[in-house]
Amino acid sequence: MKLLVCIKQVPDTTEIKIDPVTKTLVRDGVPAIMNPDDKGGLEFALQLKDKFGAEVTVITMGLPQADLILREAFAMGADKAILLTDRKLGGADTLATSKALAGAARMLDWDLVIAGRQAIDGDTAQVGPEMAEHLGIPQISYVADVQYDDKAKKFTVKKETEDGYQILEFQGKALLTCLASAVKPRYMSVGGIVEAYDKEVEIWGADRIDVPETELGLKGSPTKVFKSFTKELKQPGQIHEVDAEEAVELIVAKLKEKHII
Amino acid sequence: MDFSEYKDIYVFAEQRDGKIQSVALELIGKARELSKVTGEKVVAILAGCNVASQAGTLIEYGADKVVVIDDKNLETYVTEQYTQAVYQAVTKFKPSILMYGATTIGRDLAPRIAARLGTGLTADCTKLDITEDTHELQMTRPAFGGNLMATIMCPNHRPQMSTVRPGVMPKSEPDKSRKGEVVEFKPTFDQSKFIVKLVKNVKEKKNTVDISEAKILVSGGRGVGCKEGFEKLQGLATVLGGEVSSSRAMVDAGVMPHDRQVGQTGKTVRPSVYFALGISGAIQHLAGMEESDCIIAVNKDKFAPIFSVADLGIVCDLNKVVPALTERLKKEIKK
Ligand SMILES: Cc1cc2nc3c(=O)[nH]c(=O)nc-3n(C[C@H](O)[C@H](O)[C@H](O)COP(=O)(O)OP(=O)(O)OC[C@H]3O[C@@H](n4cnc5c(N)ncnc54)[C@H](O)[C@@H]3O)c2cc1C
Repeated sequence: MKLLVCIKQVPDTTEIKIDPVTKTLVRDGVPAIMNPDDKGGLEFALQLKDKFGAEVTVITMGLPQADLILREAFAMGADKAILLTDRKLGGADTLATSKALAGAARMLDWDLVIAGRQAIDGDTAQVGPEMAEHLGIPQISYVADVQYDDKAKKFTVKKETEDGYQILEFQGKALLTCLASAVKPRYMSVGGIVEAYDKEVEIWGADRIDVPETELGLKGSPTKVFKSFTKELKQPGQIHEVDAEEAVELIVAKLKEKHII
Repeated sequence: MDFSEYKDIYVFAEQRDGKIQSVALELIGKARELSKVTGEKVVAILAGCNVASQAGTLIEYGADKVVVIDDKNLETYVTEQYTQAVYQAVTKFKPSILMYGATTIGRDLAPRIAARLGTGLTADCTKLDITEDTHELQMTRPAFGGNLMATIMCPNHRPQMSTVRPGVMPKSEPDKSRKGEVVEFKPTFDQSKFIVKLVKNVKEKKNTVDISEAKILVSGGRGVGCKEGFEKLQGLATVLGGEVSSSRAMVDAGVMPHDRQVGQTGKTVRPSVYFALGISGAIQHLAGMEESDCIIAVNKDKFAPIFSVADLGIVCDLNKVVPALTERLKKEIKK
């Protein structure tokens, strides 16, 4: 079995703050990490490797420094790594990103593509399904469990929904987008960390994928960011520093004013 | 691409088990508002099996026209079946705008359709506007963990598509006397593409309430601390006929279930009264509740950011306020 796992390097958004004066994002010193849902997907792939001896290739599209998360993937147990990096891919929205990744996937041999549900810097959940469509294979999103029947060559997948879950089955190629919350990713092994830096990360430019330049990067992106801004908060009401008794009076008065009681 | 062929504002009217989802009605409400600027029709796409009878509800809530796709293949949502149906409807009717709820179904279907059409898609919008002159959609959404808002446009492709978070757009009042057109659409299915088979569809959370439907929410954060603390909040909620909700801190701590979480990665709520008790008011929390009619915050830190959105801010220990308030309200309500 050959598995292709898509991962992304993202800023750890829990560490991002807004500068109260300039109202801009403070990104200095914010660590770059492997996107949590993608790491969940990688763990599912590695579990299939443990059980069925799968070959796991990780791919990322990003800046040269995304090399770091590919090394991390090696240290967790991935076999091959590809870094798709090119100025021509810059400024891509989800459609252009999915075209590039699908283009790269077409150059490779795999049975299943695994991705994360969404990346914490954009939270769109679009790249996986869009990539599946370009590849002409089915997708299952919000994946919480993956089982494989070696004899029947059949995958059984648990998909989370708002009010429960679905069990879905398929044979043949497909793309899954996985939930970080469903699985605990393994730690990098000490031996793995040492070896990770001896292994080769393949560097691919846009010339390695068979996608017209007009469909890549900013040029290939149908959506455009018109503006970005920090939120205006509404006008606050009064703040009262009071004891519990007075607090109760104030709240009761407010509830009466709003006709709640 | 000839834009003049693309017109009207379409909503994918999500149903589950034949029940129209609240977000579909919210989107119709929003589409009505946008249509005032463009002078276009509001059209709902209703796909499912034995759902045609629901078209009337969509009209009552503001649709001028309902495209019904009623087919055995659409009994339960599976990506490919629904993609084929909706894709064919879109290529036939050519909407200028198409909106979906940002639910697990909407967020699975919309990108698939976007890629099949080769158009843009903006996820999880919290605000939609339309330009007066060119009638282009401006889609605003949070980015970078809610720290930044971005307004996105789709200038050179049609339809302009977005998913919109449930609970964000207000529904309009239903009007039983509204008239609308219902058209049936019959797609041709390519069964050879139905590779994924649904084995079972399990409903687990039957007994849970939907906090986004509650009129009064008593919400607790890390300041409440533990299960016992939340039991006291439940006492207060019961007296007021409300529900208990929570910040993410208490969900991550395992004290509250995720379906009670308010905020960017939880639910968006707009109750009549929102009590924020021991919640600091992180931007991601505010994103889910700041549209509430009335926000009452109790926090012992007078610099807590929650006070910047509160209608009534109380600087006090919630452990003292909550029991006293509960007792007082019990008496008040008996009167
Ligand atoms: C990408 C991303 C998504 C997120 N999504 C969400 C989300 O959907 N929802 C969400 O809520 N958070 C979300 N968060 C987390 C958010 O940033 C905050 O960490 C979280 O909301 C804090 O929860 P809290 O207010 O309960 O806890 P804290 O920030 O620890 O605040 C506790 C408050 O309680 C007060 N307090 C303590 N004891 C008392 C007392 N006895 N009486 C009165 N007051 C007291 C303290 O003064 C303090 O203000 C997200 C974060 C990220 C990065």
